Amino acid sequence: MAQITLIEAVTQALAYEMKHDDSVVVLGEDVGVNGGVFRATQGLQEKFGELRVLDTPLDETTIAGVTVGLAVQGMKPVAEAQFEGFIYPMMEQIACHAARMRNRTRGRLTVPAVWRAPWGGGIRAPEHHSEANEHLFTNIPGLRVVLPSSPARAYGLLLAAIRDPDPVIFLEPKRIYRQYKEEVPDDGEALPLDVCFVLRDGTDVTLVTWGAQVKETLEAADELAKQGISAEVIDVATLTPLDFDTIAESVQKTGRCVIVHEAPKTAGFGAEIAARIAEECLYDLLAPVERITGPDTHIPLFRLEMKYLPSTERIVEAAQRTLAAS
Amino acid sequence: MSIAAKFEIEYLQYLDAEGKQVRQDLPAFAKDLDHMVELYKLMMSTRVFDAKSVALQRTGKLGTYASCLGHEAAHVGIGSAMKPEDVLAVSYREYGAQLYRGVQPREVYMYWGGDERGNDYQNEPARHDFAWSVPIATQCLHAAGSALAFKIRGEKRVAVCTIGDGGSSKGDFYGAINIAGAQNLPLVAVIVNNQWAISVPRKIQSGAPTLAQKGIAAGLYCIQVDGNDIIAVRKAMEDALERARNGEGGSVIEAVTYRLGDHTTADDARRYRGEQEVKDAWAKEPMKRLRAWLVGKGVWDDAREEAWKAECDEWMDNEVNAYLETKTQPVTAMFDYTFAEVPADLAKQRDLVLSYDQKAH
Repeated sequence: MAQITLIEAVTQALAYEMKHDDSVVVLGEDVGVNGGVFRATQGLQEKFGELRVLDTPLDETTIAGVTVGLAVQGMKPVAEAQFEGFIYPMMEQIACHAARMRNRTRGRLTVPAVWRAPWGGGIRAPEHHSEANEHLFTNIPGLRVVLPSSPARAYGLLLAAIRDPDPVIFLEPKRIYRQYKEEVPDDGEALPLDVCFVLRDGTDVTLVTWGAQVKETLEAADELAKQGISAEVIDVATLTPLDFDTIAESVQKTGRCVIVHEAPKTAGFGAEIAARIAEECLYDLLAPVERITGPDTHIPLFRLEMKYLPSTERIVEAAQRTLAAS
Repeated sequence: MSIAAKFEIEYLQYLDAEGKQVRQDLPAFAKDLDHMVELYKLMMSTRVFDAKSVALQRTGKLGTYASCLGHEAAHVGIGSAMKPEDVLAVSYREYGAQLYRGVQPREVYMYWGGDERGNDYQNEPARHDFAWSVPIATQCLHAAGSALAFKIRGEKRVAVCTIGDGGSSKGDFYGAINIAGAQNLPLVAVIVNNQWAISVPRKIQSGAPTLAQKGIAAGLYCIQVDGNDIIAVRKAMEDALERARNGEGGSVIEAVTYRLGDHTTADDARRYRGEQEVKDAWAKEPMKRLRAWLVGKGVWDDAREEAWKAECDEWMDNEVNAYLETKTQPVTAMFDYTFAEVPADLAKQRDLVLSYDQKAH
């Protein structure tokens, strides 16, 4: 069985679903002959034709609105925003129409669509190519926000996103697109969209993260293990609707929590998780909740970007602080 | 000098403001006088419906309402030209087109009366049309996406979107006609140019002499019609729909009309436009000319007018009663349909809201 990267898992999921469901179409800028600027749609146009893998005019608003129209007509469009930093023109169509279509028509019209976007920093890209803004979507009712962090989860969650009857924002951590390969059977098996993934069991501290920071967080857990500290690592790959129960269960066990994310701190999705811990697990806590995040600045141009992103060292230190507190 | 491209925009009118026929080559539908009477009757019921809606708002029985006074020819012309299998994506005042396609007045009242069920059109073909779209011009892309779906599936259907003169300034409108041109989609975009985008007049909305010509840039067929002349609107629509259905390209139609009422019941147009302008517009309104033409043909008269008016009143009274008798949805309705199934996390919030509601009773 072939070993594949996260980006290849995206392609594999798209190809699988397009082969098995004629209503699945892919649209976006450069998704056709070029196969996408990251090659996520490589080879799909050859297999499925120019109409099902459609190079659109260069207008994000068009891509987003046409996606809504396709989905209402019973297609299952998978739209690509070429970079997360270019998704802003799509937000009106996503928030005002896709996310509320089912609710405002009492179920008469629905939008079973997926918006994919390469997300986050760390690849020395130009300005506007490194944004992490999942929190702008997690506050929109009616949307699912999904952020896979491994080839297997990218495959299974993308299949689930396409099959889901509601709109899904599917953000792909491009820093780890090609970080490593793993075996991902092309068996069409979807993963659930409503549970967190516990990547590592532990008893002393809970590390909660998602996206590319799963890499640094797992590294931190390894480092902490060397110091005799047992860290549990939770990947919140399906941010909304949130499976808080898995996080609560872990925090109740460890009494300590460090939340790690790349987006700016204030009103980032970590704030929601910290607030929920305060509401539901306060008396289980042995130390204040820590948040290791990007600062409340724009992600700098690439010379400084790795200093913006949460580092393994910062995560380790935060975990140590929670241990020192009690 | 060499010319890279040249264009001209046809203007189409059959009936002038007095109802005088200005050209003799009537389209087939207009030679069927029974059908023309039906169109007139729907224009009339639209106007009666509209007056009833404004009265409901003024007496506190409806929220903010966007009137369609003066747009009857444009709207009925659009709706009556479409086939049932086509799809309509409107903004928020195209009731004449929607009533033709089966939207019930009670549904309009429910929507503007604060109840989402107004968007749940019960009758086909409206049931597969889009619901009202308040964010300006966004619905144009829904029509373009629908047209793309029809093309992918090889269905001989057309998607129609309507917007105002103000809406034609938005990128969504251009995006829709642009992809329709690029992909040869069966899309018909109708700009119902009623001269006013709330308080902003047509002349500072765009420097283009016609709004129809915006379609030239997208590679679409373009025409400007007298939007108060239902024969012209309907004819332009029929031609555009046929071309689109046959894979011969999309169209932009500019229907020139006038918003005789305020933008909505929350607006007061006297703040920004003069009485004389409105008076002049009333002289060109769409009902009078069609009535004069039908009376001249001997197929309409005062007695028929009175009888139909009475029928409309009775219809609307029934619709108003049905609306007023509709019970408010239970408080949990705000959670229904947020997702196909209520997620566990959201169900907890629903239970909380329900408990507050039960305490309050």
